[in-house]
Amino acid sequence: MSRETGHSDHIPGTCVFTGQRSQKGLKLNSFAFSLHKAENREAYRKDQEAYMNSYGLSAWEKQKVKEKDWKALIEEGGGNIYMLLKVGAMTGDGLVPIGAQQRGESVEEFMKTRNVPLRQNM
Amino acid sequence: MGRLIAGIGSSHVPSIGVAFDQNQQETPGWKPLFDGYKPAKAWLKEVGITHAVVLYNDHGTDFFFDKYPTFALGTADEYPIGDEGWGARPLPAVKGDAVFSWHLANSLVIESEFDLTICQDMVMDHGILVPLPLLFDHDPDWSVKTVPLQVNVLQHPLPTAHRLWKLGQALRTAVESYPDDARVVVVGTGGLSHQLHGDRFGHMNSDWDKEFLDRIEDDPEGLVDIPHDEWMERGGAEAVEMMVWLGMRGALTPKVNKIHRNYYLPMLSGMGLTVLEDAQPDDAA
Repeated sequence: MSRETGHSDHIPGTCVFTGQRSQKGLKLNSFAFSLHKAENREAYRKDQEAYMNSYGLSAWEKQKVKEKDWKALIEEGGGNIYMLLKVGAMTGDGLVPIGAQQRGESVEEFMKTRNVPLRQNM
Repeated sequence: MGRLIAGIGSSHVPSIGVAFDQNQQETPGWKPLFDGYKPAKAWLKEVGITHAVVLYNDHGTDFFFDKYPTFALGTADEYPIGDEGWGARPLPAVKGDAVFSWHLANSLVIESEFDLTICQDMVMDHGILVPLPLLFDHDPDWSVKTVPLQVNVLQHPLPTAHRLWKLGQALRTAVESYPDDARVVVVGTGGLSHQLHGDRFGHMNSDWDKEFLDRIEDDPEGLVDIPHDEWMERGGAEAVEMMVWLGMRGALTPKVNKIHRNYYLPMLSGMGLTVLEDAQPDDAA
């Protein structure tokens, strides 16, 4: 009875979070998810390299996290936006800067496209 | 006896929670949103709701992709407020009702063959915490007992819209077979249109949002056949969570009365609210 098409990527500018992407991004997302605990945030702040190593992140993943290259982490690394937001919380990047970067825009450019520019809260 | 009194669909956009905690209810940007909830909250108090079954999705507060349930039902007497990375919100722990929850679990699993994951320990996510204080009193404590029902709308394969509709019908059966008094509202949270990743970040679609708000009322069965790709295409990838509202709507009668509706599209997401009740036999004629 399933009419589902099996996670096509036909929607432009969209990376559907499929099982394949979740498998690829499992370590990256596990690292990001762990930051919902205050003690883990503290450990990450203390030594980012050691903390990422403890989650088995690859050199590429660590580099992209350090560069805050959200676009690459999502499009190539299997990163999930809800998990990566917890990394953003550590680096002071909320949803708008993370999103604007993916669109290739500055925050100012992006905000001009919005109906009501609410103060950015996260 | 358990009675199903109402159904509510609501967005759960995290920035609403932040604005609420910072008392921005009267600011020009936020007033159209918060004012929209006032009639809903007053009506829910008037009809004497005792229990809220809330279908929502977790966003990495308590559940992770290492073991990810498609449906997870809470059966605790209390649920702690989650820390989503910025610290926990200043809200009292969500009050549950283990006896009522276990009744729902038994009915859903045995009677309706909805074999969901049972959680005796569950941490609350913004999927519940954003709408809950806009609908019910919480100071000093919550005025209702909540049953959280988590739905996977993050990691594909997701349940179909049709399955959520059936879950709503099963919930009604479960509520109505509860032997003790309970006046229940079923709440479905999520949406409306938004996309949070990729070049299409910021996608919104007010035409689709408004069509959805009309059809969740008058043509819900027309929505159950919509495949995931179409939900994502029209509303944005993350707006596939709008399907969760069908779990609410399936619990109501085929025809409903609209009590209240609100819609606001400020920045990144369509923010919708709908309050529905069963059509009375006279209305349905």
